[in-house]
Parts: sequence; C-alpha cells; structure tokens
Amino acid sequence: MNTTILLFLLQDGVTNGAIYALLGLALVLVFAVTRVILIPQGEFVTYGALSYAMLATGQVPGTVRLAVAMGIVAFGLDLFFARKALRARLVLRSAALNIAFPIALLAVTYAVAGPKTPIAVNIALSLLIVAAIGLFLYRIAFQPIAHTSVLVLLIASVGCHLALQGLGLVFFGAEGLRGPALSNVALTAGPLRFTGQSLAVYGLTIAFIIALWLFFGYSKTGKALRATAVNRLGARLVGIRTTLSGQIAFLLASVIGAISGILIVPITTLYYDTGFLIGLKGFIAAIIGGLVSYPLTAVAAILVGIVEAFSSFYASNFKEVIVFTLILPVLVLRSLAAPAVEEEKD
Amino acid sequence: MTQRLPLVIFAIVIAVIPFIPGIPPFWIVLLDNIGLAALVAMGLVLLTGVGGLTSFGQAAFCGFGAYTTAVLTTAYGVSPWLTLPASLLVSGIAAVLLGIVTVRLSGHYLPLGTIAWGIGLFYLFSKLEFLGRNDGISGIPPLSIGGFRMLSPDTIYYAIWIAVLIAAILTMNLLDSRTGRAIRALRRGHVAAEAFGVQTPRAKLLVFIYAAVLAGLSGWLYAHFQRAANPTPFGAQAGIEYLFIAVVGGAGYVWGAVLGAGIVVILKEVLQSYLPYIFGGQSQLETIVFGIMLVLLLQLAPSGVWPWLMSRLPFKPARKTPDTSLKLPARGRAPATSGVLLHIEKARKQFGGVVAVNDVSFEVNAREIVALIGPNGAGKSTTFNLITGVLTATSGKIFVLGKEVENAPPQEVVKLGVSRTFQHVKLVPDMTVLENVAIGAHLRGSSGAISSMLRLDRADEARLLAEAARQIERVGLSDQIDQLAGSLSLGQQRIVEIARALCVDPMLLLLDEPAAGLRHLEKQRLAALLRQLRDGGMSVLLVEHDMGFVMDLADRIVVLDFGTKIAEGTPAAIKANPDVIKAYLGAAA
Amino acid sequence: MSALLTVADVHISYGKVEAVRGVSLDVGDNEIVTIIGANGAGKTTLLNAIMGILPLKGRTTFAGIDMAQSDIEDRVASGLSLVPEHRELFGTMNVEDNLQLGAFRIAKATAATSLEKVYTLFPRLKERRKQLAGTLSGGEQQMLAMGRALMGAPKLLMLDEPSLGLAPIIVADIFRTVSELRTAGVSVLLVEQNAQAALQIADRAYVMELGEFVLSGTAKQIASNKRVAASYLGFQHEGESAI
Repeated sequence: MNTTILLFLLQDGVTNGAIYALLGLALVLVFAVTRVILIPQGEFVTYGALSYAMLATGQVPGTVRLAVAMGIVAFGLDLFFARKALRARLVLRSAALNIAFPIALLAVTYAVAGPKTPIAVNIALSLLIVAAIGLFLYRIAFQPIAHTSVLVLLIASVGCHLALQGLGLVFFGAEGLRGPALSNVALTAGPLRFTGQSLAVYGLTIAFIIALWLFFGYSKTGKALRATAVNRLGARLVGIRTTLSGQIAFLLASVIGAISGILIVPITTLYYDTGFLIGLKGFIAAIIGGLVSYPLTAVAAILVGIVEAFSSFYASNFKEVIVFTLILPVLVLRSLAAPAVEEEKD
Repeated sequence: MTQRLPLVIFAIVIAVIPFIPGIPPFWIVLLDNIGLAALVAMGLVLLTGVGGLTSFGQAAFCGFGAYTTAVLTTAYGVSPWLTLPASLLVSGIAAVLLGIVTVRLSGHYLPLGTIAWGIGLFYLFSKLEFLGRNDGISGIPPLSIGGFRMLSPDTIYYAIWIAVLIAAILTMNLLDSRTGRAIRALRRGHVAAEAFGVQTPRAKLLVFIYAAVLAGLSGWLYAHFQRAANPTPFGAQAGIEYLFIAVVGGAGYVWGAVLGAGIVVILKEVLQSYLPYIFGGQSQLETIVFGIMLVLLLQLAPSGVWPWLMSRLPFKPARKTPDTSLKLPARGRAPATSGVLLHIEKARKQFGGVVAVNDVSFEVNAREIVALIGPNGAGKSTTFNLITGVLTATSGKIFVLGKEVENAPPQEVVKLGVSRTFQHVKLVPDMTVLENVAIGAHLRGSSGAISSMLRLDRADEARLLAEAARQIERVGLSDQIDQLAGSLSLGQQRIVEIARALCVDPMLLLLDEPAAGLRHLEKQRLAALLRQLRDGGMSVLLVEHDMGFVMDLADRIVVLDFGTKIAEGTPAAIKANPDVIKAYLGAAA
Repeated sequence: MSALLTVADVHISYGKVEAVRGVSLDVGDNEIVTIIGANGAGKTTLLNAIMGILPLKGRTTFAGIDMAQSDIEDRVASGLSLVPEHRELFGTMNVEDNLQLGAFRIAKATAATSLEKVYTLFPRLKERRKQLAGTLSGGEQQMLAMGRALMGAPKLLMLDEPSLGLAPIIVADIFRTVSELRTAGVSVLLVEQNAQAALQIADRAYVMELGEFVLSGTAKQIASNKRVAASYLGFQHEGESAI
C-alpha cells in the first residue's frame, strides 16, 4: 500500500468517524438522561438530510406535516394526563409548544420553499423540523413509560425506529437523494484535498464536543440533566422535572442527528433507510465509550470510521461484517471492567 | 392429571383444525407461520423472560438452521431428516461460540451485543458465495415420510405443530426443576444464585444454546416449508420481531410465546392486506403501524397479554405440597465439631485507593455466635463478600476448617459448608417461597437439564422440595410456603433467606442484618432459632445494627470501623470498651 | 395551631394489597412530629405518598393548598421536602454540586446564603465539598441528603429513617441537628424505627402498625405507654402481652 492510499483512507475514515462521533455523543446523552437506547437516531439523520435535500429542490418535505401530526398527538396526551387539573396556563403552554410551533413551521416552510431559497434557510428549517419531531417523539413514545426498564424502553425505541423508517419511505420515496454542498471551498495539503464540507464536519464535531462538555460541566441545566441521569428520584426530589430533562435530551439528540445528516448528504447519496446503519455505527462508538464517556466515544467513533474505510478498501464485501464484529471484543472488555458487585436490576 | 388437561385439549384443537370443513387454506399457512414463530419465541421466553438475557439476534440462529439444511440437501443431496440433527447441531455450535462471548456481557451491553452480531451475521449470509449471496438457495426438497411428501401447507402443518408441542412440554418441564430454578434465579442477578453453587455462566450458556436450537429447528422447518432460504427472514428486523412476539405474549410464559406469535402473525397479515385499501397503495405502511402498535402495547400492557389473560381466569393452578417424609442425605462434612471453624488472617480489600477492609483478623469457633458490628461503610458486608468468595481479597488469608480458601469462587465456598443471607434481600420475587428455598439445596441435587426435560428427575426433585419444606417449617413460615416471595414483608423475606441458607446444611451460617425489619417479638423468635441452631452444632457469624439484639445473642463481638478491627470480645467487654464507645456506641449504649 | 400539613383518611395500595389504611395526621408550624413503628408498618409508604412518589386515596393539604393535583416537583417548589430512606444522592457528582442542585428551584442569591447555612450546620460537608457524594461515609451521606433538602428552603422536612445503618454515636449527632431545625423555622416529620431517639426530640408522635395508626399523642405520652415500651422500646414488662 502506498502512502497516498493510506492517507486517503485515513482521511475518509476520520471524516466518517467524526459523523459517528456526533451520533455517538447524542446516544450517550440520551441514554444517560433517559435510559433510552435511541435506535431511531438514524432516522433523525435521514430526516434531517433528506428534508434538507428536498428543500434544496424547492419541495416541501413530508416531515413537516409529520411534525404537525405528532404535535397534535402530543397535545392530546398532555390534555389527557392533566385531565383532572386542567389549568389555563398549562393548556396554553402545551398548545404553544405542540400546536402553534409546528403549524408555524409548516406555514413558514410552505411560504419560503422554492428553488431559490438560501441554503442557510433550508438548513434552519430542516433542523427545526427534526427538532420538533425529536421533542414530540419523547413526549409520545417515551414519557409515558419513562419509569420502566431499559429493556422495555429499548423495545419501544425499536418500534419508533420501524415506524419512522416506514414513514421515511413515504416521505422521500425509495430513490436516494443528495443535497447541495454547504460551501465549495477546498484546501490542498500534500496529496490530500480538504473540501469545505469535510472541514465543516471536523469543525462542528469539535465544537459540539466542547459545547457539550461546557454545558454538562458548568451550566445549571446541564448539571440538572446529569443529576437526572445519576438518580431520577433524587432529581425529582430537588424539583428537577425529569420529563423536561428527557425532552431536552431528545431535542439535542435530534438536532445533532439532523446536523450529521445535513453534513453528509452532499458527500454521499442517502436513502430513506441509510440512517439506521449510520446510527448503528455511532452506537458502536457509544458502547465502546461505555455509554457514559464523551471523549472516549469520540475517539472510538474515529476508530470505527478508520476501520470501516480500510475494510471497504480491502474487503468491501465484508465491510459491515467486520465493523459489527469489531464490537464483540469491546463488549467483553467493557463487561469485564464492570464492577463485580452486581447492579440492582430495575 | 389436571395440569395436563389444557395441554391435551390444545393438542386436540390443533389436530382437528385442518379437518374443519371449509377452512380457508390460507388460514393453515398462517397457522404454519405462527408455529414457526412460536418456536423461536419459546426460546426467547426462556432466554429473555425467564433468564433475563435479551437477544435481538435469534433470527440469525434460524438462519443457521435453514442454511444448513439448504446447503446439505441441495449441494450434497442429503435427506432432509438427516439434516435435522445437522441443523440443530450447527445452530447449537454457533450458539456456543457466540454465547461464550455474549453471556459474559452485563446489563444493556448484552442486548446491544446481540443486535451487533445479528446484523453482522445477516451481512455474512448475504455475502457468502456458497449461501447464494442475496438470492439465497432455492429448490430445497420437501420433508417426506415414505412416499408421503409434505408439499402443501396443511401437510407440513403437523410437523410444525408437533415440534411446537414437544418444545412446549420440554420447556415447561425444564422450568419446573432444579436446573429451571437456577435459570429463573438468573434474572435477579448472579450473586445469590452463585452463593448456592449455581454455575451462572454455564446456566446462561445453557439457555442460550437451548433458545438457539429451538430457533434452528424453526429455521429447518422454515426451509422445508418455503423450499428456499434467503437472508431477509434472518436479518435484524426479524430478530426484533421475535423479541416483540415474546414481549407481546408475555416474556416469561411458555404459552405466551404461542399466543404472541398468533397475535403478531395475524396482525401483520391483516395490516398487510387491509392497509393498502385504506391508505392507497403506499408500501411499508404496515411497518409504520406495526411500530406504532409496538409502542402502544408497551404503554398499555408492558407485561404482555398472557399474564393479563390468566389473571382474568377464574381458576388458579393447584400446587402440590411436598412430601416432607423424604430425606436428603446430610452433606458429607468434616468431623471437626470443635475448634476453629473460620479463621481470617489479615484480610484486606482495596477498591482503587479506598481501603474497605484493612488487615482484619478474627476467628469463629464451632458452636459459637459471633457478631460483626460497626457503622455502615465499616466493611462488614465487604468482609462477608470476602469470606464467601464474591470478592477476592487484595491480600490476607481466609481458612475454613484449617484449609485455606485461596480466593475460591462462591460456588466452591458453599461446598465447604458456609452459607449466607444478604443485606439487600436477594430472592426471586415471582417464585414461591418453596421454590426460592429449594435453590439453597441446589448442590444437594444432581439432575441436569436433559433429565429434567424428560422428567427423569422426579425422585431427586421430590427430595429437594421436601428438604426445602422442612427448613421453611423450621423457621416458622409454613403458612407462606406457596406464596410468592415478593408478596412477603421484608422481614419475612429475610427469614426466607435464612431457610434457603439452611438448605445447604451448613456448618457456618453468615447472616447480614437478619433482624432488620422485624418487630420486637419476631426478633426474640429469631434469636431463639439461632441459639437452637448453635446448640445443634452450627456456628453463626452475623452483621447487625440492633445493639439490643446483638448484645443479648452473641457469644463474641468483633467491631469494625473504617475497615479496621477496633475491638473484639464478649458483649459485656465491648459495651465497656472506651474505643468502641468513642467510635460507635456513643455515651448512652 | 395552624396545620402546615394535614393528611386525612389516606389509603395507599400496591396492587391489591392495601399498605396504608385510613391514616390521618397533621404537622403544625415549628413542630417535630414522629411516626414510629416496625419496618413494613407502612411508614415509608406513607411518606413517599405524601411526597407524591406513590399515588394515594384521601385528602392531603400543604400550607392550605390541596395537593391532589400537584406532582413531586410542585410539592418541592411549595416547600415540602423529603430525605428518602435510601438518600438518593447524585453519587458521581461532588458534594457542592449535590447541594447546589438542592436549590434547583431557588433564586441564585438565596441559594448562596442557604449554602452558607448548610455548611454551618454540617461543617463536615464543607471540608468535603469537592469529594464525590458516592465516596462519603454513611453518616456524611445522611448529612448531605439533609443538607441538599435544606438547600430548597423547605417549610416541612420529612426524614425517612435518618439513623438507618449509622453508628449510634452519629445517630445522636443527626438527631441533635434535627432538633435544631425547629429553631430555624423548619417543621419536621420524622419516620423512625429507633423509637427511643425519635421520641426524645419529637413534640408529638404517631404509632403505626400494619398500615394503621394505633396510637397518637404527645411524645411523652407515647414514650410512657406500656404497650409501646414493650413493642418498640425493647423493655420487658413481665406478665404482660406485648402486642
């Protein structure tokens, strides 16, 4: 193998790895706060990417209608659970978040969508749409069963993945889509060429890691989220609303997922079901990080990306087999490192 | 036998269904699919519902079963009946290899691990040349008996449902046995089971293999039913679906698997055929509805349909009372009935930089009650865990009857005649008191999984249950013998743990806070029981916070503070010891 | 006496089992009230239900407001606080973070003075402010749990078995602090198995058995009741049935 190929594969691996890192971070975040293993993370990627790609062609993506529909269901749930004590303030707040916000989003999308809409607007719209879906997804699917076991949450998570992926096919069709690049800048360093796109990938990944670190280490909300992760009952006893923590976690995860999607859709063609596999690779990284460590997750994600790049070069047929088998030794090490005294089962 | 009656009725109903005049052939196909799915789900019931090991990868084992027969029959012309053992063997071997890794995974790593290798294997199936890549293998011959070829759905129907019935009977037999109790104890964590000699990794591997073999059987039947095999039905989606079936039916209930398979297969069919009429020809709509229903179901009935159904039935299954006249032979014990039973020499345990037990030495003599006291975090439970092998000591030595234990695992320590209870009660709440206590006698039985499935273990089983019943009577809980352990008060659960420990026929009993949660009179009764055990030749080492109880009962007291032994002596001496007063008792002891 | 907390005819069930049956109690301003009884009598269940962790049937009011519709977080915000049996600390966060999260619903300026007060009450916590909560000793964890609850400036502090698993000498310390809270204007509802210690600092007491209150009165009356003495204080009264 010559150095050029080596460098090229490394670069490819690092770029993909950075995306997996973003997803891995989001997965760690959601798991820590809500104990949900977020299988539909991949759908956030696809929804973000393909909504952006459709907006770029001037079409209104179906996801925005989904956001409205989910908002209505979420509003209904809010009303149902508060049925014994309907206070005007509560109803108004819920209506603003669950009804007014997605409908406003729908209206704006229809108003501005067109072939000439600036990229920045399209990005903002895609992010908002996916953020709304993420928020409502927590409200509808997970908040009512927030107290159940990790296993029940995991199965519910799988259910959400199935439903969202099926809807993805309805919204985007079976054909793959590509989106316009964020910028056309390119740098050359020796044999390597850095596109603006890949630089954006690196930059955003690093920015997110730093931002998350600051958020959890220093802000009151961040600490409250951590507290929820450590001890739900303890958090409630000091007045932290765990439902709010869950919503924030899902909101962050969906935004991170959508950003990842928007970052890769100009590089590779995405299909309605591509997200699942991408998400799973973020998972592998998250698991290597033990579902708790952000820096370890980021490093692991880059490694996954590199392994993937090399195996697709040498054994492209067995790329997925290699990547998914890679996880087993890691899991064993993780389990061995876990304390011998057992965890109380929930 | 009233217990067999529902089974016989079920078998007859299944047998006559194809003879109902005018039954649409399509229904038989559905029933075939239900049977195939039920087989896999039954394995999951044992694996996930009973054993607590969640697997998303069962579809891959169907793949092993199906591809084995597909390759052997098409490429090598082997007869389908001969490939049955081969299919089961291949699935079993795959399960051993994957299982060795998988059962070591803890917590949520395990389900995630199964997702990972499930997907990996799916890609492997779809990339390997000799498995026909994505197209798979077709032209698999049908099953045949003599000249009778099972070509149509209603002929293979019997093969499928006979397999389901046999699997159900074997699974239920297995659950109601010594091995079954060990498996059922897994879900509550391994520490309690290991303390009574259960080899938990082996028990986990056993259920893992059992579930895989059932899946392999389903795959073998599937291949001869479809007469073709391709990767799609063995992918991640299918693996998820099987788990869904088990959860819908009620993970943990053998018949829940059949019921769940029925519900899910029919539901899918209905969705696939009617949704396009309602919403137009959109594809994948059933996946969407399916996913939504899954979420809904978990919100409305997280424990599944079968238990919900059973709780609405008017009759309750009767329980047999064990015949207490049967006796287990006493455990072979060393002759020493006097002298030092347990000798701890400078035992030390460090967790990172924290010294939990700091060079602690003490002894327990034969026929003696020794109490270990000290504040929480003083290292009392850690000391217990060192003695029983749950933790390995950083340094120091522990001798039982003069023989060094040398960091033996709990399963070996219990064989020396040291049994224990736990500070945080570790019973299986959905097992009866009798079944829980019988786990204590695990090492005094010998029947394995196969003999349990075939009901060859009944004599052994009866002796174990008799011993358990005798110990329950001894601690005064005979009235609660058939209640679920989880329904008892915490105080009573602690007493159940003592009965379980007594089932070991121990010479040294380690009790971690046995009096917590007992009222004054119950404490007196417990003290009387412990004195009686001592006078019968047993020694007791106990951790307890109730000073009244300890001072009254113990022959000797060892005081720990911050992991260090600060005093040792008779209750009177301890009460007067200035160090103990300063560190622990305070002025008004 | 204006009642800060009133609980009227409360029933609490786990599935079909009724763990608490028809219990009524009240706690006034600046009052220490204790509920004594054996483990399993329903004391913890009752406290958890008052806090909103478990659902209950019956009427509960706090500071004059019906609590039927408020959840845990609302109750915390209105000045009700629980130090639960298992303390429920944030084990992987340090002492000061734990305390500051205790003031999650409180304005930042108030929280700063609360922190000083808690450190004065428990100087040990100040020494260990950067230590992770999970690495504290049992007694320190109990102090931290109480300190965290006090950070929210509660009107009523409910303590569930604060002496559980602690050395008798530390128990004495904790109880002294509890009795000091009254002078700071905090009422206390104390659940204890250690009846002797609880009755020494309480103004009034309820005795709970099998989900019901069987006795109530001033702490002195309860302490001198022969039946209580026999069942809970461990004194032997010859020739008398204990239960």
